[in-house]
Amino acid sequence: MSRLPFYFLVGFLLIAGIALSVHRHVAFEVPWTPGEQRQVWEVEAQVNFTALGDPVMVNLALPSTQQGYRVLTENTASSGYGLAFLEDQGSRQAQWSIRDAAGPQQLYYSVQLLVAPQAVDREAEPPPLPREIAWERPFDTAASQVIERAQQRSADAVTFARELIRDFTGDRQGENARLLLTQFERTPLLVRLLNEADVRAREVSGLALDDGRRRQSLQSWLQVFSDDGSAVLFNPVTGEQGKPDNLLLWEDRGGAVLEVQGGTNSRVSFSMIQHNQPASTAVRNQLAEDTLINFSIHSLPLEEQALFQTILLIPIGALVVVFLRVLVGLKTSGTFMPVLIALALIQTTLLTGLIGFLLVVTVGLIIRSYLSHLNLLLVARVSAVIITVIAIISVFSVMSYRFGLNAGLTITFFPMIILAWTIERMSILWEEEGPKEVLIQGGGSLLTAVLAYLAMNNPWVRHITFNFLGVQLILMALILLLGNYTGYRLLELKRFKPVTED
Amino acid sequence: MWTTPGKLRSKGIIGMNRRNIRYIGRYNSRKLYPLVDDKLKTKLLCHEHGITTPALIGTVITQFEVKHVTKILQGHPGFVIKPAKGSGGKGILVIEHVDGSAYIKPSGAHLGREDIERHVSNILSGLYSLGGSPDVAVIESLINFDDTLTQYTYEGVPDIRVIVFQGYPVMAMMRLSTAASDGKANLHQGAVGVGLDIATGTALRGVQFDRPRHDHPDTGHELASLRIPGWGTLLELAASCYEMTGLGYLGTDMVLDRDHGPMLLELNARPGLAIQMANGEGLRPRLDLIEQQPEGVDAASRVAFARQHFARRAELISSADPAPA
Repeated sequence: MSRLPFYFLVGFLLIAGIALSVHRHVAFEVPWTPGEQRQVWEVEAQVNFTALGDPVMVNLALPSTQQGYRVLTENTASSGYGLAFLEDQGSRQAQWSIRDAAGPQQLYYSVQLLVAPQAVDREAEPPPLPREIAWERPFDTAASQVIERAQQRSADAVTFARELIRDFTGDRQGENARLLLTQFERTPLLVRLLNEADVRAREVSGLALDDGRRRQSLQSWLQVFSDDGSAVLFNPVTGEQGKPDNLLLWEDRGGAVLEVQGGTNSRVSFSMIQHNQPASTAVRNQLAEDTLINFSIHSLPLEEQALFQTILLIPIGALVVVFLRVLVGLKTSGTFMPVLIALALIQTTLLTGLIGFLLVVTVGLIIRSYLSHLNLLLVARVSAVIITVIAIISVFSVMSYRFGLNAGLTITFFPMIILAWTIERMSILWEEEGPKEVLIQGGGSLLTAVLAYLAMNNPWVRHITFNFLGVQLILMALILLLGNYTGYRLLELKRFKPVTED
Repeated sequence: MWTTPGKLRSKGIIGMNRRNIRYIGRYNSRKLYPLVDDKLKTKLLCHEHGITTPALIGTVITQFEVKHVTKILQGHPGFVIKPAKGSGGKGILVIEHVDGSAYIKPSGAHLGREDIERHVSNILSGLYSLGGSPDVAVIESLINFDDTLTQYTYEGVPDIRVIVFQGYPVMAMMRLSTAASDGKANLHQGAVGVGLDIATGTALRGVQFDRPRHDHPDTGHELASLRIPGWGTLLELAASCYEMTGLGYLGTDMVLDRDHGPMLLELNARPGLAIQMANGEGLRPRLDLIEQQPEGVDAASRVAFARQHFARRAELISSADPAPA
């Protein structure tokens, strides 16, 4: 019987678990520790226009997750307007609409952006080249001269763009450039010239993020596509290449940022603020883009998420039990009873939970010893114990409430059926093996429960199990490995010691 | 207080995990468990294979029959009531003799009719069975154990546990009940375990509560002179349980009856590891040796092989003087 498939399975689970976790850490910036702080930008766009009393339709381009920034949440405020988020060929838009409006109008859109160095741009499709570009005299000669000059000093599309922009900048601005600038706006002109030289380029709008700034407007940037299709960003005024860290590309598909139908004097201004928030909150706020590999509990409604937060901890408790039984050799009453007690301890807190547990079991044992004299059938007896446990819990709850100990009320979190069976088992154990064995097994169970509780209640463990589902696979692999352990248990080193003494 | 894994390994001691995975998991097919977990089934199986067991007085299957249990018991001076699916000696009630309406335990405690009925009722409702499933009460006649062993036990019947691995008897011990163990033969309850030489059936070493022991704590009789009569027959009886059950790693519990010789009391598919303590030796070298043996050898040759290879010299000194601990 070969163990190879077994180790293959364990290896696969380990690798898959680690890979999934690392993928979530890298691709979604889910931090390894819950306390890490993350920088979040809150950017608000304010759209102002004067409505003419007709139906109004406002389209505002919206930012997407891009290099350096990840979109967390977005909100809008616009009383009386209908709102729809449109997505068209990778560009996102908010569309407000209203049947009739008159006078000054204000629409708000705010977005939370996580500073995420690992975030990547979406695939950018290069824009098509215009079929023909018509120049009027004398601009055609000027344009062709500028292009020729830049072409001579460049090797490819990107260097060409750089040289071209340099000709329009500062003291190197030539006569031709100055002439062209009298007729055209700088950025559209550059796009036109680049297109003329068969280089794909477009004008995009960016926002420089600066903490606490208000009434900012978008700047136009030049996006040039190199021969292999990758996009390079240029500052059209200075000719600087590359995207500054604090630049947020608000609109990167070459479309309009704001379109207003039925209104005049439209403009959009931006205000922004930066703050830090715990990474776990930042993660929770991420908009779930669900794919199979990005399978995440966060896409569930909040209530189910809270439920899963507990469910995903159970494997940790199971691991503690397996560890203590297989490696240490601790005796417990009921294999996974300690895990259930540990789950209850999470609700009650450790001290109140332990006191409550001991009180219920002790009183239960006393009552159970009377029941054993009644010579009842097993099922009836355990049922009687269940009712007894409920009675004890009720009495304790009421009493602790009367004494003003609200912590006592949490005793109801204990699973009553489990408590009843614990009492039943302990009682039989007491009759058959004596109080010593009850103490050993009861103590073992409580110790296991407390250790499982400490493991399950650890903030780091909670964070890891909830945010990295891959960890479940790792736990599975560990438990499989422990299930294959043929060595000695810790307590056996003590048990078998007399044999080695001769 | 603690020893090291290396020392245990050099002694060949097997731990719980190794026993479970390497021996029970590998050699005991799950589907054969009911044969040994249900003592009634074992008994009937033994009957088919001609293996002697204590005589069956009767069984109680339904709660309705509980009221009539005393009828079944009538005319039997002593008897044992046990759950068919019990484990670890739980739920076994021994009545040594009946005095009028009182049932007297070996300890001298008197039980009434209702105590007997309650015990049977508890058995039926699954109080002592694995997993609490409903059970059957088996009533057997009391064993008249061999007089030569009387000095070695207190109240209970001493039984002999032989570990049978792939049909070979690999290790044996006798379990002597004590006052501390309340007449029960379970080592963890305080019974004395005496390792037995596979070759001769003589005592090798005694332990109580995992500590070496040279005499019986209650009768004071030295253990060194202990010698099991009819040892060869007993080993062959144990070895033949392999063919009967098909279980590769088996604990056989036997008693010596005055009139019927060695009798099979029960079988155990998960025999404990305390036998290593009683023998002062690990099971592993013996199990390794057996694993190298070919299959399809008959019981008599297997016993002969075991007696030849597992012979040992007693550690106990014949006089009762205290040996260095």
